[in-house]
Amino acid sequence: MSNKCATNSSLLIAQKAVKQLRLEASVRRIKVSQAAAELKSFCLQNAHKDPLLTGVPSSDNPFRPPKSCVLL
Amino acid sequence: MRSPLIPEMATQEVQLNETLAHLKTESETLKTKLEEERAKLHDVELHQVAEKVEGLGQFVMKTRRTLKGHGNKVLCMDWCKDKRRIVSSSQDGKVIVWDAFTTNKEHAVTMPCTWVMACAYAPSGCAVACGGLDNKCSVYPLSLDKNENLAAKKKSVAMHTNYLSACSFTNSDMQILTSSGDGTCALWDVESGQLLQSFHGHAADVLCLDLAPSETGNTFVSGGCDKKANVWDMRSGQCIQSFETHESDINSVRYYPSGDAFASGSDDATCRLYDLRADREVAIYSKESIIFGVSSVDFSLSGRLLFGGYNDYTINVWDVLKGTRVSILFGHENRVSTLRVSPDGTAFCTGSWDHTLRIWA
Repeated sequence: MSNKCATNSSLLIAQKAVKQLRLEASVRRIKVSQAAAELKSFCLQNAHKDPLLTGVPSSDNPFRPPKSCVLL
Repeated sequence: MRSPLIPEMATQEVQLNETLAHLKTESETLKTKLEEERAKLHDVELHQVAEKVEGLGQFVMKTRRTLKGHGNKVLCMDWCKDKRRIVSSSQDGKVIVWDAFTTNKEHAVTMPCTWVMACAYAPSGCAVACGGLDNKCSVYPLSLDKNENLAAKKKSVAMHTNYLSACSFTNSDMQILTSSGDGTCALWDVESGQLLQSFHGHAADVLCLDLAPSETGNTFVSGGCDKKANVWDMRSGQCIQSFETHESDINSVRYYPSGDAFASGSDDATCRLYDLRADREVAIYSKESIIFGVSSVDFSLSGRLLFGGYNDYTINVWDVLKGTRVSILFGHENRVSTLRVSPDGTAFCTGSWDHTLRIWA
């Protein structure tokens, strides 16, 4: 009897797996060349707004200037 | 003498086994078909498309602040939307809120458990969430009164059956998304503690998650010990895409700023980029000399740079488009366990097993 129970749950798992794979297989895809071109253009369009990329001058970056000097 | 099986039962069992065999075959066929469909559209590599893009110059990024105060390994950190406050959590059970500009500690809470592996700042900046070996995610409202005992106002929100590995508020203080060693992710209502949706599909511990940028809709990505990165629909609980190209545990996942792709970091010493519309891996960031696992990854604001914190104590900075490493940063004296870029992209913060956090810019 326990053998049958094991087979039943294996069946459920297998049915779930097949259902999931069918879903994933039906996803609409675009070519890598198109996807890559769009990733590239996003980077380039936003490059000027990226402080870590462009290196913002000390006056604009709150972390760059050292902590205030101690007055002697 | 063994009594013979009742003929009817025997037939049923044979039928079950046959159905099982058919399903297994269909499974294999679908997997092959999936790979074939993905391969058909693989007409070029990302770095080829980026050949004509200007290369990046030398980067000068240094530690600008060091946050000292944790008594043991720092496991997780998150930025507040105000771009200056940070919450961090540690192996010794402490959760600390810092002002990263001044390095002052603003709040400290001691959790009733050790290994607080997850922490997150609420979008309003008025609360933090954390959890770990207690299998829960708790929310602490932050009081303006420094003397107030934060632990008194603690609210238990999530309950898993194994450790909490990651947590994140959605776009409001009202809902939290969690991932756990119990193999599931879950969405919770903070006020009532009610489970709103659960996400089943990983075959082992889920180690990380990231929400898609709000403009791209209700999805999130998770990574786990089953080497898979899964993309989920938050409303239906359905896994809509799954990627299995890493060779070991996926410790960190992070969406590309446009929401069209995500990066992952793994114990297999590589970071990878997966494009959601091409439905495949489109880049691997690796070097033969890098043999230690990646614990955490994050993108710069434009998505051009990918920062990776590694178990060999370093941070490697990658040119996302060209696939090359542009910088290697030293400073921590033990594993880098967590890494996040600030909300306005002016700096990034790392936490380490050396008990400190560092701000780099």
